[in-house]
Amino acid sequence: MARYQNIFTQIQVVGPPDTPPPIDPDFRTKKTRMSRLLGWFGNPQIGPVYLGYTGLASAISFFIAFEIIGLNMLASVDWDVVQFIRQLPWLALEPPPPSAGLSIPTLQEGGWWLMAGFFLTASVILWWIRTYRRARALKMGTHVAWAFASAIWLYLVLGFIRPLLMGSWGEAVPFGIFPHLDWTAAFSVRYGNLFYNPFHCLSIVFLYGSTLLFAMHGATVLALGHVGGEREVSQVVDRGTAAERGALFWRWTMGFNATFESIHRWAWWFAVLTPLTGGIGILLTGTAVDNWYQWAVEHDFAPAYEESYEVVPDPVDDPANEDLPGMRGESTAQWEPTPYVPAEEPEAPEDGADGAAAVEGVDAEGGEDAAADPASEGTSGQPETGAAAPESERLPDEAAAAEPEGAAPEPEPPAPSETAAPSEPEAPSAMTPEQP
Amino acid sequence: MGLLSFERRYRVRGGTLLGGDLFDFWVGPFYVGLFGVTTIFFTIVGTALILWEASRGDTWNPWLINIQPPPIEYGLAFAPLDQGGIWQLVTICAIGAFGSWALRQAEISRKLGMGYHVPIAYGVAVFAYVTLVVIRPVMLGAWGHGFPYGIFSHLDWVSNVGYQYLHFHYNPAHMIAVSFFFTTTLALSLHGGLILSAVNPPKGEKVKTAEYEDGFFRDHIGYSIGALGIHRLGLFLALSAGIWSAICILISGPMWTKGWPEWWDWWLNLPVWS
Repeated sequence: MARYQNIFTQIQVVGPPDTPPPIDPDFRTKKTRMSRLLGWFGNPQIGPVYLGYTGLASAISFFIAFEIIGLNMLASVDWDVVQFIRQLPWLALEPPPPSAGLSIPTLQEGGWWLMAGFFLTASVILWWIRTYRRARALKMGTHVAWAFASAIWLYLVLGFIRPLLMGSWGEAVPFGIFPHLDWTAAFSVRYGNLFYNPFHCLSIVFLYGSTLLFAMHGATVLALGHVGGEREVSQVVDRGTAAERGALFWRWTMGFNATFESIHRWAWWFAVLTPLTGGIGILLTGTAVDNWYQWAVEHDFAPAYEESYEVVPDPVDDPANEDLPGMRGESTAQWEPTPYVPAEEPEAPEDGADGAAAVEGVDAEGGEDAAADPASEGTSGQPETGAAAPESERLPDEAAAAEPEGAAPEPEPPAPSETAAPSEPEAPSAMTPEQP
Repeated sequence: MGLLSFERRYRVRGGTLLGGDLFDFWVGPFYVGLFGVTTIFFTIVGTALILWEASRGDTWNPWLINIQPPPIEYGLAFAPLDQGGIWQLVTICAIGAFGSWALRQAEISRKLGMGYHVPIAYGVAVFAYVTLVVIRPVMLGAWGHGFPYGIFSHLDWVSNVGYQYLHFHYNPAHMIAVSFFFTTTLALSLHGGLILSAVNPPKGEKVKTAEYEDGFFRDHIGYSIGALGIHRLGLFLALSAGIWSAICILISGPMWTKGWPEWWDWWLNLPVWS
C-alpha cells in the first residue's frame, strides 16, 4: 500500500503522438514533441496547438501591451538596462493622476497606461472568444470559457468599471510587481480595512475553499490511481469501484459525499465565485461604502476591544516625544517620492542607503510608524546620520537632473533644508537593514 | 439509514491502526473507529470551552465572540483560565481533534484500499495551523503570539501582525503562497470546467472522451497535462499554498523583525550593480 502512492509516472510508454479530433486540422501546427521530464508528472506530449485568428490577434495584443509596459518602465530608469533589471520589481506604469478624471490624458500623463490597458483587455477578450469557439468546435460544453469570464469580470472591475463609477482612471491599478501590491495595501487602508468587506470575506472563503477542494479532490483521485480513478468521465457515465470508493471515503469521513460529476460542479462554482464575489467587493468599495470598518460597526460585526486590551496612549500625544521626527507640529504630509538616480556614484557611501531610495511609498510611512512604535525603539532611537546623510544630500540637485519624463506630476520639491532634512533622514534610518 | 446501494459490500471490519475491533463500526453514514471517538471527545470538550469563555464575554454575536490567547507576559507558561488559559486548552483540544481526524482518514483509506493522499494532504493544513499557534509562539517565547479564536478577531490579528512588518505583501514567502492560492484556483476552474464540458456537451452530442479532453487543451494552449497529471498538479499546488503560508508567517518574527519592504535591499545591493 505505502509503496505505490502515485506521485509520479514510473514507467513511461513511448509511442506515436496522440492526434486530436479531426476538426479544423489545417489550423493546427503539425509538429509535436515528447518531453520525458513532463512525462514523469503528466502527459509527455507537447502540441499540436490550434492557431486561428482570434488567438493570433490575442497574442499580438498581449505583446503590444507587454511592450508598452516594459518600455515605459525602461524609460523610467532612463533606458539603463542594468537599472531596469535591478529595479524591475519596483518599476511601474501608473494610471493617470486623479486630476485627469476620465479624460484621455497625454501619453506621459497616463496615456501609455490607458493604451496598455486597452490592448491587454483586447487580448483577454479575444482569448475568451478563442476559448469559447474551441469548445464549440469540439462539440463540448463551454464551462471553461464561462469560468474564464468570471476572472475577466474581476479584471474589468479593477481597471475599468470601478474607475468609471468613481470618475477617474487614477482609481485603477498600476502595472508593476510591487506597485500593484502597494495599490492593494493602500486601497485596503483607504477604505477602512478590506477585511471588513463581506464580499472580500466571501472571495477569500472561496479562494481557500478552492484550494481545500483541489487538495481533497486531487488526493482522492490519486489515492484511487490503482483502480483507474483518474478516468473521471468514464466513472461519471459508468460508475466503477473508483467512484464508489471515492464516494464512500468522504461519506464515512464527514457523512456526505459528492459524485464524480458533482465534485467538478463544486470545483467549478468555488473557483468561479472567487473572482465573482471579489469583483463585487471591489465594485462596492468607494462607490457604495467609504469605510468598511465603520460599516461593520454599524452592522454589528466589528469587535470592540476596549475590555480586552489596555488602552495605550498615542505616543504622538506625549509631550516627551515632541522632538522626534514625524511627530506633531512637523508635517510629514510634504514627503516627496525620491527621484530616480540614474548612475551610481563610484564611491557609494554606504550599503543600504541606495536601496532605500527605490523603496519609496512605504518607507516614508514606515519611518513614521516605526518611530511612533515603542517596540521599535532600537531602530528609531539610534543615531543614523552616517547612512542617512548621503541620501538627503543627493536629493536637491538630482531631483532636477534626473526626473523621469513619465513620472507622475510632482509638486515642487520642498525647500530641502527646512522640511526634508529633519524628516527625511529618519525614514531610511528606521528602514535601513543590517546588510552583510 | 445512510446506506448507499453499493455500500454494504465495502463495509468490512479490519484495517484499523490502533485498537483492533474496538469501535470498528458505523453510525449512520459515519465511520467511528477509535480515532472517531477521540475526535468527538476533543471536539465536545473544545467546543464547550469555547462556549464557556464566550459566556464570560459580553456578546453572543457569533461574528464577535472572541477567545483570546494569554497576554505576552505569561510567556510559555500555563495562564490562569480567565487570562487565556481557556485559549490554551482549546488549542490542545483542536490539535487533538485534528490529529485524530487525520488518523481516522488513514483508517478509512486502509479500509477502502486507497492511498494515503488525503490524510497526508490534511496533515499539511494541520501543520499550517500548528505553525500559527504552537511553533511560532514557541519560537517567539509567548503563547500570546498565537491568533485569537473568533471570526473577525482573527482577521484583526492577521491585519495587525501584517502591519507590524509594515507591508506583508513584500514577504517573499507570502508572495509565493498567494501565487499558489491563485494558481490552484485557476487550475481548479480549468479542471472542473473541462470535465463538466466533456460530460455536458451541447444537446444531441455524445459525452466526450479523453481524446477530446486532451484535444481541447492542446488546441487551446498547446499542452494538456492529462487526466492523472492534473490531479497531481492540483494536489501539489494546493499543498504548496498551505506550506508556503506556514513558512511566510514562521519567518515573520523568528527570522525577520523589520519591515518586509526593506528585506528586498539585498537585491538592490547585489555586487553585480552596486
